[in-house]
Amino acid sequence: MNSGAGSRPKLAVWKFASCDGCQLTLLDCEDELLEVAGRVEIAHFLEASSARLAGPYDLSLVEGSITTAHDVDRIQEVRAESKSLVTIGACSTAGGIQALRNFSDLDELLSVVYATPSFLSTLDTSTPISDHVPVDFELRGCPIDKRQLLEVIGAFLAGRKPNVPDHCVCVECKARGNPCVLVAHGTPCLGPVTHAGCGALCPAFNRGCYGCFGPMESPNVESLICALTEMGMPPEDVDRVFHTFNAWSEPFRHAGRREERP
Amino acid sequence: MAMMLSLDAVAALVDHLRNDGRKVIGPVLRNATISLDEIDGVDDLPAGWTEHQDGGSYRLERLDRPELFGHATPALPWKSWLYPPRTMLMRANRDNGSVTIEKPTPGAEPFAFFGIRSCDVHALDILDRVFLDPADPTYTARREKLFVVAATCARPGGTCFCVSMGTGPAPSIGYDIALTELWAGDRHEFLARAATDRGRALLGRLEGRAPTEADLAAADHLVGNATQNMGRQLDPTHPTAAAERYEHPQWEAVARRCLACANCTMVCPTCFCSTTEDTTDLSGAVSERWRRWDSCFALDFSFLAGAPVRSSTKSRYRQWLLHKLVTWHDQFGTSGCVGCGRCITWCPVGIDLTAEMTALALDPGGPS
Ligand code: SF4
Ligand code: SF4
Ligand code: SF4
Ligand code: SF4
Repeated sequence: MNSGAGSRPKLAVWKFASCDGCQLTLLDCEDELLEVAGRVEIAHFLEASSARLAGPYDLSLVEGSITTAHDVDRIQEVRAESKSLVTIGACSTAGGIQALRNFSDLDELLSVVYATPSFLSTLDTSTPISDHVPVDFELRGCPIDKRQLLEVIGAFLAGRKPNVPDHCVCVECKARGNPCVLVAHGTPCLGPVTHAGCGALCPAFNRGCYGCFGPMESPNVESLICALTEMGMPPEDVDRVFHTFNAWSEPFRHAGRREERP
Repeated sequence: MAMMLSLDAVAALVDHLRNDGRKVIGPVLRNATISLDEIDGVDDLPAGWTEHQDGGSYRLERLDRPELFGHATPALPWKSWLYPPRTMLMRANRDNGSVTIEKPTPGAEPFAFFGIRSCDVHALDILDRVFLDPADPTYTARREKLFVVAATCARPGGTCFCVSMGTGPAPSIGYDIALTELWAGDRHEFLARAATDRGRALLGRLEGRAPTEADLAAADHLVGNATQNMGRQLDPTHPTAAAERYEHPQWEAVARRCLACANCTMVCPTCFCSTTEDTTDLSGAVSERWRRWDSCFALDFSFLAGAPVRSSTKSRYRQWLLHKLVTWHDQFGTSGCVGCGRCITWCPVGIDLTAEMTALALDPGGPS
C-alpha cells in the first residue's frame, strides 16, 4: 500500500457518533505508536493532533455510527477519499449502544431527555457504517482490542488478510486456560455467541462475557437463551443482556426482543 | 516394583522431581475448579476437595478427609503442556535485502505430570500416534523428557466412562510411577508401583515399606469400586451403527442445541487440530508463522475454494463425533475418545456424546 514513490502511506482517523474510546485505543498503543507513526503519515487524527492533511488517504479508520443527516453525507466523502476503509468498534460496525434508540419512539425519548428538543437535528436510527458505504474490514469490540488494531494496521501495510478469526470467545477462553464460568460458577456468559478478539478478558476475571464484540460467525442465540433461562435468568434480563453495545446487530437484535422472536 | 509411601514420602517424590530439574504439573484449585498448573510441592494439591460433574455443570465439593486424589479429571487437558495453544513455528527477518529464517528451539525444560489419571495417560498414547511420526518438534522434545506419575481414580466423576473405553480407572500403560491412595482408618498411605527404570530409580530414593497382602487387596477393592461407579457409559457397538445413519434426524436435533462454541474440542485431551497464522510486524522486516489450536466447530476450519465445506452446525457436530469415535480408528488404529467426560461437563449446554450415540444407534430414525 503506497500513495506515491518514496512516501509513507497516509492514515486518517474519523469520528462519527461514538465515545472516542476506540480512537484512544490507538493512542494507547504506547510502545508501538512511534513505530506506527514511522510507517504511516498520520494525515488526519483530531484526537491526537489538529494538523490535517488533505486526502486521498491510503487507510481510513472510522469510529462511530451514523446518527445525523450530516453524517450520511460526510461518510460518503470519507469513503470517496479513502483507498481502504476500516470501521473500528461496536458503534461503527453495529450502531453502538446508541442504537437502542432504534427500538423506541425517538420523539418520546427526546422529550424526556432534552429540555428543548427542537434544537436537535437527528435521524431516527443509529446505524453501522456498512449500511451506508462499502467497508473493507470491520474490527469489532467496545472498545476494540489494541493487539487486533495493530494486527489490522500491520496487515494493511503488508497487503495481507488480517488474522482476526470470527469464531467465538470460548476458543480464546480455553486457549488461555480459563475455567468456564458458565459451567463452573453458574455465571451467565455470552462467550459462546460472541465474536472473539478480547482474549476472553472477562472470563479471565471470573466474569461472564458481556458480548462487546458482537455476534460470532454462527451464533446460536436460541440455544444459549435456553441455557441462561435454565440457570434462572428471567426473560427481562435475557432481553437486557443482548441489548447492549451490539443490540442492533442480528441476531442479537431479535434475541433481545422476546415478543418478536420467531 | 511396589512400595507403600507415607504422605511425607510422596512429598519427597515431588521434591525429587523438582530438584532433578523438572517442572511438575499437577492438579490445583483455580477459580472454583480443580484445574492444572505448575506445582511447587504436595501442598499445592487440592487436598480434601472433590467435584460434582454433570452435563454442562461442575461444582467443587468438600471431602471429610484430606484426599489428594479425591477428584476426577481436571478442567484443563494435559495436552496444553505438550502441544501448547500457541506455538511459534518460524520467524523470518529481512535485513538489507536478505532474508534469514529462525526456527525456535522447542527445548522446554523437562516436565513431570503428577497425578494424571489413566484416561489421560491413554490420551497421551493417542496423541503420540498423531505427533511422534512424523515427528512434531515441540511435542516430541517435550514428550521424550516427560516423567509420568499417574494416580488411580477412587471417585470417578459424574461424566466419566473410561470403563466403556477400556482406559481406566486404574493406570495400565504409559506411566513411570502409579500411585493408589489408600486409607485404613486414619492411616493415609499410597501404594506406589514403578513400571520403568527411571520410575524404579526414583522410588529407590524414597523411604517406604513393602506392601502387604492387605494393602494390595485394598487397592484392588478401590479399583473395583470405581469401576462400578462410572457416571456414564458408551456401548462399543453404537459408534459404527451411528456412522451408518448419516441423515438421522438426531443430527438436526443436536445441532439445534449445539452452540458451535468449540469448548468440547478445546478441553478434549486428544483433539489435536491446529491452524497456522502468518503475521508481519509494523516495520515489515519481521514475519512470524504461528500454530494455534483450531476446532472443527469453527467455520474457517473447512474453508476450501472460497467457502466452508461444513457450513451447518449439523455437519460440524457430525464431523467431530464421527471422527472421534469412528474414523479415528481408520486413521490411527484406536478410538479418539478415552472417556474422560470433559466434553460433556464443559459443554455450556450439556451435550452428552454418550446420549447422542445411544439416540443415533437405538432409533433407526426413519427411512435411511
Ligand atoms: S467462560 Fe464464557 S467464554 Fe469462557 S468457555 Fe465459558 S461460556 Fe465460553
Ligand atoms: S474417566 Fe476413568 S480414569 Fe478418567 S478420571 Fe474418570 S474414572 Fe478416572
Ligand atoms: S471425546 Fe469427550 S470424553 Fe472422549 S476423550 Fe474427548 S473430551 Fe474426553
Ligand atoms: S457440543 Fe457443546 S461444547 Fe461442543 S461445540 Fe457444541 S455446544 Fe459447544
